[in-house]
Amino acid sequence: MSATVERTVDERILQTSPLRKLLSRPELGSIVGALAVFAVFGFAADGFLRAASLSTVLYASSTIGIMAVPVALLMIGGEFDLSAGVLVTSSALISSMFSYQMTANTWVGVGVSLLATLAIGAFNGFVLTRTKLPSFIVTLGTFLMLTGMNLGFTKLIDGTVSTKTIADMEGFPSAHAVFASTLTLGGVDIKVTILWWLGLVALASWVLLRTRAGNWIFAVGGNQDAARAVGVPVARTKIGLYMGVAFGAWISGQHLLFSFDAVQSGEGVGNELIYIIAAVIGGCLITGGYGSAVGSAVGALLFGMTSKGIVFAEWNPDWFKFFLGAMLLLATLLNHWVRKRAEATK
Amino acid sequence: MTLVELTDVSKHYGTVRALEGVSLEVHPGEITCVLGDNGAGKSTLIKIVAGLHQHDGGTLSIEGEETTLSSPREALDRGIATVYQDLAVVPLMPVWRNFFLGSEPRRGKGPFKRLDIDFMRETTRAELLRMGIDLRDVDQPIGTLSGGERQCVAIARAVHFGAKVLVLDEPTAALGVKQSGVVLKYVAAARDAGLGVVLITHNPHHAYLVGDRFVLLRRGTMVGNYTRDEITLDELTKQMAGGADLDALVHELQRS
Repeated sequence: MSATVERTVDERILQTSPLRKLLSRPELGSIVGALAVFAVFGFAADGFLRAASLSTVLYASSTIGIMAVPVALLMIGGEFDLSAGVLVTSSALISSMFSYQMTANTWVGVGVSLLATLAIGAFNGFVLTRTKLPSFIVTLGTFLMLTGMNLGFTKLIDGTVSTKTIADMEGFPSAHAVFASTLTLGGVDIKVTILWWLGLVALASWVLLRTRAGNWIFAVGGNQDAARAVGVPVARTKIGLYMGVAFGAWISGQHLLFSFDAVQSGEGVGNELIYIIAAVIGGCLITGGYGSAVGSAVGALLFGMTSKGIVFAEWNPDWFKFFLGAMLLLATLLNHWVRKRAEATK
Repeated sequence: MTLVELTDVSKHYGTVRALEGVSLEVHPGEITCVLGDNGAGKSTLIKIVAGLHQHDGGTLSIEGEETTLSSPREALDRGIATVYQDLAVVPLMPVWRNFFLGSEPRRGKGPFKRLDIDFMRETTRAELLRMGIDLRDVDQPIGTLSGGERQCVAIARAVHFGAKVLVLDEPTAALGVKQSGVVLKYVAAARDAGLGVVLITHNPHHAYLVGDRFVLLRRGTMVGNYTRDEITLDELTKQMAGGADLDALVHELQRS
């Protein structure tokens, strides 16, 4: 008799399973949102569906997306990084100033910048895990300190708020090719940042879903004490996540530097929130333990489509932030609703 | 052979006497029940066996060797796994990820080292099935399981990772009657797998269903230490409720 009961239960599960699986994907809300926004601008903006326009949209998305990926991982690990926006500028400034002041090959500056940026990320993680202060406070502190240092050091060394041009320095063309070039594929211009972005999404997804580190990231965000109790190195995982954000900031920073040849020291403030918005739209739980790298990419794509679509549709760009805010609310509500549904139908 | 033996163990927190003169034995394939009301010293006892606290007096022997456990890690390494009441699981993660959390099996080389997901899924399903849990989907978040099922996953996990002694802290305390029965079934399954089990509880009925030895604690001291053939359920219930105190209570509550 119990066997029949078992079987009926199983049949019911089998029937609802594919739908439930789909509904329980963290990216679902953002994908629905992205399709809607795509449809709106496809109708409203004449040139939106042209390859050149889409390439512009993808470029705008990639500049956000490169940072949204590690920020999403960090949020899954249960922490924030408010210093991520200005860290991009710091990374660019370090690279540019080191090369210029030492009259070294630009690649030396790029390497020094990588080490310094990773060190700042490690500092964030170290202070967080040592003091056990909330990451909001710790990274707000580094955010303010970096903002001050960016301006202070640039004025001290270069006398103005922007760095000197390094366009004529050795190694600039090759660094430009790696971080800021444009490839032409079938007549369409593809910015190299799009490749960096896709590469990071693939790498982060693999780490999250297929490696031990990924298991630990979900665990430290989902239940830190339980993770510690079964032997997960919580501090090491979190420091690693902050260094991941720093790595993203380094790529973004080098792009910022090599797409022009000088850096404005006041840039980057406010971008940290945009990265977080992209991650949240993409399904990351603000409390940690849930989310995906692909979701953050869709979140960044939504951001890119809206910011460029408004221009193509010739709407007043003043309304951009309004749309972004509305999208954030809607996507979060949808995610919340979907997750509740998924958990209720167990 | 005795897996764990406590002889005349005591523990003081400052001037507070938390435990005094407690002895118990854990044998492979047997369940030792520790019974006591709130504040009887059950938690202190569990913490000594789990390596969270160190005893002040008496001896603790593991497989005949006198020792002091300095950390939970050391207790784990010596084969003592503790399943706490507030279970160490990550609710949003799938069952199979929780099962292997902290000891994930991997395959591949160097930077391509990855989780052996098929093995993890299969093993989780098989290990749970061995304990008699037929899980519909090991991919569901463990938070969607009932309290009893989660308790069972934690037990199956300890068994899989080679625990010799399983310490269970009030596994049936927060559960309904049916769920309690299910958990006790898995406790018995762990016993049958050859583990020594320490079952902490304040429910003499649950204890008597599965127990081989009974240690009774009251106010930090041991008031009884029996094997199964030395005591009946009635006697156990009576002692647990305070024996003479209960008689007095019965007398007080009697309708005149």
